Amino acid sequence: MRLAVLSLVLLAQPALANKVFISNEKGNNVTVLDSETLEVIADFPAGNRPRGITISPDGKELYVCASDDDTVRVFDTETYTETHTLPSGPDPELFVLHPSGNPLYIANEDDNLVTIVDVQSHKMLAEVPVGVEPEGMAISPDGAFVVNTSETTNMAHFIDTASSQIVANVLVDQRPRYAQFTSDGKLLFVTAEIGGTVAVIDVATKEVIHKIGFEIPGVLPEAIQPVGLKITQDGSKVFVALGPANRVAVIDGATFEVTDYLLVGQRVWQLAFTPDESLLFTTNGNSNDVSVIDVAALEVVRSVPVGQQPWGIVVAPD
Amino acid sequence: MRIVAALGLMGLLAPAPGLAETIRAAVLRVDVAGLPPISRLDLAPADLGLAGARLGTEDNATTGSFLGQTFETAEFTATPETAAATLEKALAGGAGFVVLLADDAITLALADQAGDRALVLNAAARGDGLRGKDCRANLVHVAPSHAMLADALAQLLVWKKWDEWFLVLGSHPADADLAAAFRTAATKFGAEIVEERVYEDTGGARRTDTGHVQVQKQMPVFTQGAEDHDILIAADEAGIFAEYLPYQTWDARPVAGSAGLVPRTWHPALEAWGATQFQNRFEAMAGRPMRDEDYQAWLAVRIIGEAATRTGSADPAALRAHILSPEFEVAGFKGQKLTLRDWDHQLRQPILLTTGALTVSVSPQDAFLHQVSQLDTLGKDRPETECVFP
Repeated sequence: MRLAVLSLVLLAQPALANKVFISNEKGNNVTVLDSETLEVIADFPAGNRPRGITISPDGKELYVCASDDDTVRVFDTETYTETHTLPSGPDPELFVLHPSGNPLYIANEDDNLVTIVDVQSHKMLAEVPVGVEPEGMAISPDGAFVVNTSETTNMAHFIDTASSQIVANVLVDQRPRYAQFTSDGKLLFVTAEIGGTVAVIDVATKEVIHKIGFEIPGVLPEAIQPVGLKITQDGSKVFVALGPANRVAVIDGATFEVTDYLLVGQRVWQLAFTPDESLLFTTNGNSNDVSVIDVAALEVVRSVPVGQQPWGIVVAPD
Repeated sequence: MRIVAALGLMGLLAPAPGLAETIRAAVLRVDVAGLPPISRLDLAPADLGLAGARLGTEDNATTGSFLGQTFETAEFTATPETAAATLEKALAGGAGFVVLLADDAITLALADQAGDRALVLNAAARGDGLRGKDCRANLVHVAPSHAMLADALAQLLVWKKWDEWFLVLGSHPADADLAAAFRTAATKFGAEIVEERVYEDTGGARRTDTGHVQVQKQMPVFTQGAEDHDILIAADEAGIFAEYLPYQTWDARPVAGSAGLVPRTWHPALEAWGATQFQNRFEAMAGRPMRDEDYQAWLAVRIIGEAATRTGSADPAALRAHILSPEFEVAGFKGQKLTLRDWDHQLRQPILLTTGALTVSVSPQDAFLHQVSQLDTLGKDRPETECVFP
C-alpha cells in the first residue's frame, strides 16, 4: 500500500515530459508517446520493417533501422519529417551510437557484418566481419569497445573502436540477442534467447563470470526467452524482457539473483528508461502495446496501445 | 591488460595455417529412381539437401574463423547400387561425420558399413524402425520420425475435437509404417480411426492431358461410403495419390497427413523465430526456397559445428561425445533449443503443420504436457522405445 502511494507521488511530480519513440515492425511507422501523460501524441511513417531505434545525445535526430529498405532513416524529432538516410549495409536490425553522438555502429543481420557510419558526413567508415546473424550492439561508456552479438555463432564480439578490429570473442548461450555495459564499464550483460539465460561478462578478462537463469511457476521453460535488457545507472537493478513469457525479470545487480517477475504485454521485446529512471517502457510485439513500469514500486502501472508489432523503443533525453 | 588480451587473441583471430584445425564431414544423398512427383512444383532440385549442408558449412566456417577452426563438407550423390562405394570414398577422404539423405533401408546399411569410422547424421529417413528395433549407436536422427509427425498432427486435431479419422494408406512399405504411426497417435491422444482403406498403386495416367478428368472421377468413388469422419488422413510416403485427395473426396471433409495439412520440419513461408533472415540467406545462396531436406541437412551440419565450437576441438571422438552428452543443445529457428534423446538418438524438435502457403500451427500444442520435455509428447518416449543400442 505504501509502495502504491509512493509511486503515485512519484508520478505526480512535475517531471520533465519526454517523447518516447516506438518502432512498429509490421506497421511500418513510429509511434510517439508523452512520458508524462502516457498518451500517444503522434505517429509517422518510418520505412519498411522499422526495428532498431535510437536518438542523438542532443535529442534532435532520431535514427531508425528500416530493415527491409536496407537503410537507416533519420528523422527530425520535432517535425517528424525524414531529413536524410544513412548507408547501413543490408538488413540493419540493431545499432548503437557512440556516447559522443558519432559514429553509429550497425548490425547487418543478413550479411555477417557490423557497419560503422559517420552520422555527420553520412559516409560508411568501415565494415567489420563478425559471426552469423549479428544482432545485439553495445558500446562501453568510455567508447573503447563496441560489442556485437551474433545469433547463430553465439558469441559476443568485442570490437576495438580505434582499430575497428575484433579483439575478443566470448562464447555465450544459444541465440544472443542484446548486450549492455554497466555504466562503470566493468560488466557486460548479454541475453541468450534460446539458451534462456543472461551471461555476465567481466570486461577486463573477457570471461563469463556468471549465468543468470529464469524459472516462472506456470510458464513453460521453453517460453522464457530473454531478449531486451536495461541496467540502471547505479547498476543496482537489471531488467530483462522475457519474450513470449510475457514478463520482465528484475535482477539484483550485485548478487545477480532474480528478485521479481513483472507481468507485461505479450512477447515483450525491448526496454527503455526515462532519463530519471522513474519509468521503464516495454514494447509488446504480440499485444501491440507498451507496458509502463514504475521502477521504484516495481509495478506495471499502465499499458498503452501503439502500432502493429512494436519492436524498438527509445526515450528522448532531457 | 588490454595489450595482453589483444595479444592473446591475435592467435585466435589469425591462426597460422598449420595450426588451423579442420573438421571434415561429408554429405551423401542416395537417389532412388522413381516416378516424378504428382505436382511439378515438387520436382526435386539437383542440389536438394546439399544446398542446406552448404549453408551449414558456411555458418560453421564463419564461427570457426574466430576459433581457428575450418570446416570442410565434401558432397556426394549416389544410386542405391553405388552408395556403398561412395560411402567408402567419403570415409577415405577423412570425414568423421556423414550427413546422409537416403531411405530407411539404405540408411541402415550405410550406418552399419560406417561402423565406428564415422557418426552418421540421418537427414531424410523417417521410419520408426530405424529409431526402434533397428537403432544404431553411430546413427543420429535429425529427420523427424513418422511417430513424431503423426503425433504432431494428432495433437492439433484432438485439440480441435476432429477426432474421428478416415485413414487412407498407400500400398508401399513406408506408407504402412506411417499408417501405423497414425494408429498409434490416435490411441495415444484419444482419437478414433473409424475406417481404413488401402489405395493400391497400379500406375496410372498421372500428369497426362486427361489425368485430372480421371482423378475427378476416381477419388470420389474411392472415398465413397466411408464411416462418418471429421477428417481424412492420408499415409502416402511414396507420393502416389495423396495430393489428389483435397477437394476430390466424396464427403466434404478436409485432408491431412501426406497432403492438405502436412506435418513437416520446415516451410519456406515460416517467418517466426528469426526464420526470415535464415530463409533470406538460403535463398540468396541457392536461388530457390528451402525444403525439409535442406533444413535437416543444414541442422545436421550445424550440430557438428556446435560441437566443435563448444568443445574447441576438431577430434571427431570429442565432438561425438559432446553431441551425445546431456549438455548438447542447438538452435534451429524453432523458438526453443533442440536436444537429443539418449534412448534412440532422435533430435527433439517442434513440428510445423503446414498448408501449401503457410504454417497453420506448430506442435507440441500447449495443452499436452510432459514431465521432462514437452517435445517428448512427440514420438517414442523413453518408456515406449524398442531401441537397445547394440
